[in-house]
Amino acid sequence: MATLIIADCENNQLAPTTGSVISAAQEIGGDIDLFVSGHDTNDIVSNAQSIAGVRKVWVAEGEEYAHPLAESLTPLVVNLAPQYTHILASASTFGKNLLPRIAAVLDMAVVSDVCKIIAPHVYERYCYAGNILATVKNHSAIQVLTIRTTAFSHAEKKAPSSASTESISSDSINEQSRFMGIETHQSDRPDLTIANTVIAGGRGLGSKENFSIIETLAHKLNAAIGASRAAVDAGYAPNDWQVGQTGKVVAPKLYIAIGISGAIQHTAGMKDSQVIVAINKDADAPIFQAADYGLVADLFKVLPQFIELLAAR
Amino acid sequence: MKIMTAIKRVPDYNLRVRPLPDQLQVDLRNVKMSINPFCEIAVEEAVRIKERGIASEVIAVSIGEDACKEQIRVALAIGADRGIFVKTNAEIQPLASAKILYALYRQEQPDLVILGKQSIDGDNNQTGQMLAGLAGLPQGTFASAVTFAEGAVTVTREVDVGLETIKLTLPAVITADLRLNTPRYLTLPNIMRARKKEMTTIALDSLNVDVTPKIELLGVASPTQRQPCTFVNDAVELVDKLTNEARVL
Ligand SMILES: Cc1cc2nc3c(=O)[nH]c(=O)nc-3n(C[C@H](O)[C@H](O)[C@H](O)COP(=O)(O)OP(=O)(O)OC[C@H]3O[C@@H](n4cnc5c(N)ncnc54)[C@H](O)[C@@H]3O)c2cc1C
Ligand SMILES: Nc1ncnc2c1ncn2[C@@H]1O[C@H](COP(=O)(O)O)[C@@H](O)[C@H]1O
Repeated sequence: MATLIIADCENNQLAPTTGSVISAAQEIGGDIDLFVSGHDTNDIVSNAQSIAGVRKVWVAEGEEYAHPLAESLTPLVVNLAPQYTHILASASTFGKNLLPRIAAVLDMAVVSDVCKIIAPHVYERYCYAGNILATVKNHSAIQVLTIRTTAFSHAEKKAPSSASTESISSDSINEQSRFMGIETHQSDRPDLTIANTVIAGGRGLGSKENFSIIETLAHKLNAAIGASRAAVDAGYAPNDWQVGQTGKVVAPKLYIAIGISGAIQHTAGMKDSQVIVAINKDADAPIFQAADYGLVADLFKVLPQFIELLAAR
Repeated sequence: MKIMTAIKRVPDYNLRVRPLPDQLQVDLRNVKMSINPFCEIAVEEAVRIKERGIASEVIAVSIGEDACKEQIRVALAIGADRGIFVKTNAEIQPLASAKILYALYRQEQPDLVILGKQSIDGDNNQTGQMLAGLAGLPQGTFASAVTFAEGAVTVTREVDVGLETIKLTLPAVITADLRLNTPRYLTLPNIMRARKKEMTTIALDSLNVDVTPKIELLGVASPTQRQPCTFVNDAVELVDKLTNEARVL
């Protein structure tokens, strides 16, 4: 058995969730190789080489790989595929965009959002907005999987640069798609997908200005910020903060949901958090069914006090 | 320009489905079924592109059992011009859906195919990318804005780090995210008009595609339940519990 991991190299660095995909590959067993891509890949490659357990790093370097376009990357991975029993990527927008395209070219199925490896062909995953935990067996010759990274340990072990590297290129030129730009929300907060604490705000915040109280609290707790779809739709928070069935999946040690009603589409993205706190003025809000600790109160009354108490510790 | 959209019939998004007692299948008996929300957005977008004068025809395709015709009627009421119903009682997984849509793509030769980004039953998020791979077309997944100029389409994508913009040559495949648009309400006159629109039924066999499922469902379970919530009275008690009981502060 051998696994090829397609690493998420957005922003010219290895995504912090790469370790979780490696953990999943280790549970499958066999050799583990990494595929990295980018314009200037020196840092990515040396980082990748120093992860314990990685045998080899395939490197696609060039301007055309500065941004991960599925049309550019697919032929490269398809060429490598016959050497592998498993092809994995994180279930990020990167992995979800790329892997199904590769799989279709190979005539293989994909298992999305794997959260547990039962056997090398058998997995657990959620569906129906987290209401159903399904056990599936994939009968494809090459197992193509996206990994729910919050379900696997992301702690990487470092090793002296031991993995070998090999450059790859493709004859086919992508003339179909072109990267035009990216609008990112600069933030000094921890990454949402690996943070220990997440403070999430919903429509109950009432305005973009009011949402800043979530940021103040997040700052106090060195937490990442999340949001409900309603908060993003209303413009209180950027799209990449959305937690849920169709946003990001998080599983921090502490998740505090503030002014969020707790629709299944939201809880699908946070219910595996270790400790969940809900603050909502409606005692019947479904979020309390998902929470360990609940405070029925007006958030505008309790949050200033909560922040003060944290500052006084 | 001709646009093909793909719509799936799924349990209504408000429902909480459960496993059957045998834990082998999901209990879908007496469950209210609807058009997949992302597919509704896909059709709405196609119709708006037509209303802007950029497209001349919008086709709505659904694959499944007879009842899927109801969802095609919804698409026709939104404003699609005609429906194609691919009839099968077999289980159709994303790779099979993509192969069927590819067969229809070759027949219809649309300039654009718009799908939902994800079906809310399987939560797969695969079919659009697979179709693009099979057909060798560029893909604009998780779209929150779509504009056209000089034979190309510019797509804004909701990605993990923000909003990415890419430009694709046509024909292309697009998958719709939640913020692409807000679908219109269906009016009675439009529902009536939809009844008269053309809907072709195609037998799956006639398309000659291999739809054998590659993924076998071994079992289904409800996720583990949490202990009931402990209610606290104020911020002081909350900080105390989180510090001394949960030990997360
Ligand atoms: C296909 C589909 C996919 C979806 N995907 C997602 C997803 O990924 N993520 C997601 O979050 N949603 C998603 N949704 C939307 C979801 O169904 C809910 O509509 C959404 O989560 C509601 O957001 P909310 O809780 O902020 O708003 P609301 O439901 O309006 O809740 C606001 C809450 O704030 C409380 N509140 C108001 N004022 C105060 C106050 N002063 N103090 C304390 N509490 C207050 C209210 O009691 C209420 O409970 C999806 C929906 C669909 C159809
Ligand atoms: N049976 C089907 N009939 C029509 N369209 C489908 C079907 N299955 C999937 N699709 C399309 O593919 C999208 C993504 O589905 P999925 O890959 O299952 O998440 C859906 O939103 C539909 O647009």
